Amino acid sequence: MSTKPESCELTAKDFKTDQQVKWCAGCGDHSILTQLQKVLASKKADRDHTVFVSGIGCSSRFPYYMDTYGFHGIHGRAPAIATGVKCANPELDVWVVTGDGDALSIGGNHFIHAIRRNIGIKIILFNNQIYGLTKGQYSPTTEFGTRTRSSPFGAIDHPLHPISVAIGTEVTFVARTVDMDVQHLQYVLERAAAHKGTAFVEVFQNCAVYNNNAYAWATDRQTKHEHILYLEHGKPLIFGTNRDKGIRLNGDEPEVVSLAEVSPDDLVIHDEKARDPSMAFRLSRMYHPEFPVPLGVFRAIEKPTYEELMMDQIAQVRAKQGLGSLDELFLAGDTWKV
Amino acid sequence: MGPATSTDVDSNQRSTKPIKEIPQAAIRFAGDSGDGMQLVGSQFTATSAVYGNDVATFPDYPAEIRAPMGTLAGVSGFQVNFASRNIHTPGDRADVLVAMNPAALKVCLNDLAEGGILIVNSDEFTPSNLQRAQYDHNPLETNELSRYQLHSVPITQNTLEAVASTGLGPKEASRCKNFYALGLTYWLYDRPLEPTIRWINSKFGRVPAVARANTLALQAGYEFGEKSAAFKLRYRVRPADLPPGTYRNVTGNQAVALGFITAAQLAGKPLFYGSYPITPASEILHELSGEKRFDVRVFQAEDEIAAMCAVVGAAFAGAIAVTGTSGPGMALKQEAIGLAVMTELPCVIVNVQRGGPSTGLPTKTEQADLWQAIMGRNGECPLPVIAARSPADCFWTAIEATRVAVKYMTPVIMLSDGFLAMSSEPWRIPEAGELKPIEIRHPTDPSTFHPYARNEHGARPWAIPGTPGLRHRIGGLEKSDVYGTVSYAPANHQRMVTLRARKVANVVQDIPDQEVFGAPQGELLVVSWGGTFGAVRTAVERARETGQDVAHAHLRWLNPLPANLGDILRNFRRVLVCELNMGQLLLLLRAHYLVSAIGLHKVQGRPFMVSDITDKIDELLGGRSP
Repeated sequence: MSTKPESCELTAKDFKTDQQVKWCAGCGDHSILTQLQKVLASKKADRDHTVFVSGIGCSSRFPYYMDTYGFHGIHGRAPAIATGVKCANPELDVWVVTGDGDALSIGGNHFIHAIRRNIGIKIILFNNQIYGLTKGQYSPTTEFGTRTRSSPFGAIDHPLHPISVAIGTEVTFVARTVDMDVQHLQYVLERAAAHKGTAFVEVFQNCAVYNNNAYAWATDRQTKHEHILYLEHGKPLIFGTNRDKGIRLNGDEPEVVSLAEVSPDDLVIHDEKARDPSMAFRLSRMYHPEFPVPLGVFRAIEKPTYEELMMDQIAQVRAKQGLGSLDELFLAGDTWKV
Repeated sequence: MGPATSTDVDSNQRSTKPIKEIPQAAIRFAGDSGDGMQLVGSQFTATSAVYGNDVATFPDYPAEIRAPMGTLAGVSGFQVNFASRNIHTPGDRADVLVAMNPAALKVCLNDLAEGGILIVNSDEFTPSNLQRAQYDHNPLETNELSRYQLHSVPITQNTLEAVASTGLGPKEASRCKNFYALGLTYWLYDRPLEPTIRWINSKFGRVPAVARANTLALQAGYEFGEKSAAFKLRYRVRPADLPPGTYRNVTGNQAVALGFITAAQLAGKPLFYGSYPITPASEILHELSGEKRFDVRVFQAEDEIAAMCAVVGAAFAGAIAVTGTSGPGMALKQEAIGLAVMTELPCVIVNVQRGGPSTGLPTKTEQADLWQAIMGRNGECPLPVIAARSPADCFWTAIEATRVAVKYMTPVIMLSDGFLAMSSEPWRIPEAGELKPIEIRHPTDPSTFHPYARNEHGARPWAIPGTPGLRHRIGGLEKSDVYGTVSYAPANHQRMVTLRARKVANVVQDIPDQEVFGAPQGELLVVSWGGTFGAVRTAVERARETGQDVAHAHLRWLNPLPANLGDILRNFRRVLVCELNMGQLLLLLRAHYLVSAIGLHKVQGRPFMVSDITDKIDELLGGRSP
């Protein structure tokens, strides 16, 4: 076999392993796996320089199905493991695959701190609003009042909203998409793949067994356009099956308006590059069914990455002090001869 | 042979008082947390080390950054033992106690040898300070200190007078009083002032008035000794007969940092250090953060778990990966250490042990994490465990731990402790060129690569991401032998558990046979491990000098244990295991070797005193031979 860099002519199939995919029939994970394999093939990713890291949960089996380097970690810790990988070798393309319990409950601390540092990893969160692998307990994104195996009388936990959390943590790239919307999923993953720094993607993902149809409103072909809104940079926020509605700011508050009554010029124009994340945060607070739920890139700004800053500091110190010599290190400070 | 400096001669010429030669002395500086006692203790140590003495130190300070001024809780102490012969401990009891306030006197008086020199700053013995120290009277005005050579010196007042010419305000001026006390001890033990004056000038050079004031205070303290009628005798401790070489003083934490930089350089790899600040391990983080020229990649993680997980990730990606922590952090890291065992990735976890359980005694020493190191994870999860025996030994231990980690593809736990971390001793500096490289071979041939194939040592290949054609997936789930795919097969799990255990057991091939200090067989063998080496060795040396039939075995590797250890234990009629815990090694030795060893346990947050061990030896051997 060749030890030269791979030829660029790879297809999605080249990213599949010989391992049998063991997710349930109807699980949204299948679609995400397929689209990510396509995206990596189309962007001519080097499989030998790509690493998938995961934690624990259904989604975290992902690395076993990707013919790249892979690390199936422990519950919640994938961002921390991925940080170590990226620091040791910043040349690697590092992806984290996680779920709502993994990233936001047991791994909440690592999730926010990876984003805060802007370490160059992509975090793909499969949000199905339920614990699947442990068989159906409520998760940190489960809607208030939902009956689950561990909340037979309704969940009394309030859910958190991953995109709001990420924006509050100074994320440089954040987007949302849906497992069943293949084209949009591909688009968002391509955008994430191209981002420098932490790219965070929330995927609405259906759990066919424990939380089936939780996102039916966002995937039903007949009605979804009444409930979702595609964000496009520089364009007004317009939605609806007939694209006849939009979002306007009333004071500080977004409101749904009819384009029959309001000119598109009065609508919010989406700016994913805005330095001030306030508008992106407001968009992340638009919930179903009161509002159409935004899909697409909320925020995409440039900022130095953690690994760049780390390596730059090393380079600067070396430029000033030279490469270290051990003898010089040992003899630093007060020494004496016997 | 130490350097006879010109200062040494000069000060002798200036002095009119007689000098007595002694082989060894210990001084304890004690004062309020804000009094600069650690600073002057370190200066006395540096000066004595450069002068050529063997030195051993014991800093002892409160967990609180600034406890209320003048209180017992706020007392900060620093003991330095210096000698003209090889010493292993900071000394059981001090020959001199410098007490800068009543609280320091109360807390440290027990550490002063009977008849010892007691220098107190009488200016601080005010009614309010006495009250803060919970004295209902002034001990300087009773005869309760008559067992000591008491010198009441108005240190604050004398310092203010000495530095008046600098124009500093009274508050700043009085801060120089620690240097006055240092100067007095320099006079008492005939130490040169120049190294400290140089240090003052480099430290305070930007504020000339402060540099000048500290220098004046130092000199005034020295001159006070010479002029005061109360001080009649000086002492001289000649340079020690240490093995030839170039030396410098290191604390255990400094030596750990130096050791891992060296190990990474010897392996030709970047050093990744992921850590979360924790007492008493943080100094390793600080030291390594400053050494970027060696491509040290320091990651201050969000928590202990992240630090360990990042280490696992960095090891996967091919770095020399290390984390440092203390007991509570160690507990948090254990799941991720198990992941490193399962994925068979090389890394080193340094546990600078402190008093526990829970938050325990953050700034105090203990050895109660041995079980946590050996048995602290879920599942069958063995890994090699090594313990450093002295501050300078931390350097060699760090290198050895790294060597074993990469050779056997396993996490290694290195045990230090709060005492080793903070105390210091002379380190004989090696020449970098003489250190053996750490050879690492990463596989590159896809036609023969299997992630869980094993070499003759039982280690799997370290294939790093970025290597063409070696793509593979590892993780915490059980993997099939050789091929490394997920496997729940019953027989495979049994086989993998056995293979992992056998690999760790193989490390014994890299462990030298256990040495015994003293006769290879006899009446009593004292066994110790880690930072208690100095006290135990000194006690056994003394016992042997008096003719007692006692030997000493100090363990370096705790897992696996040296191949010949069982035979050694059986060659003695009695075995005494001395540890700063309630019998953790004792249990392991009894379990491994079915020996009826007994233990000496101490959990007071302090190291063993030599006398603790000597007393026990005497008890077991029925008193000293005539």
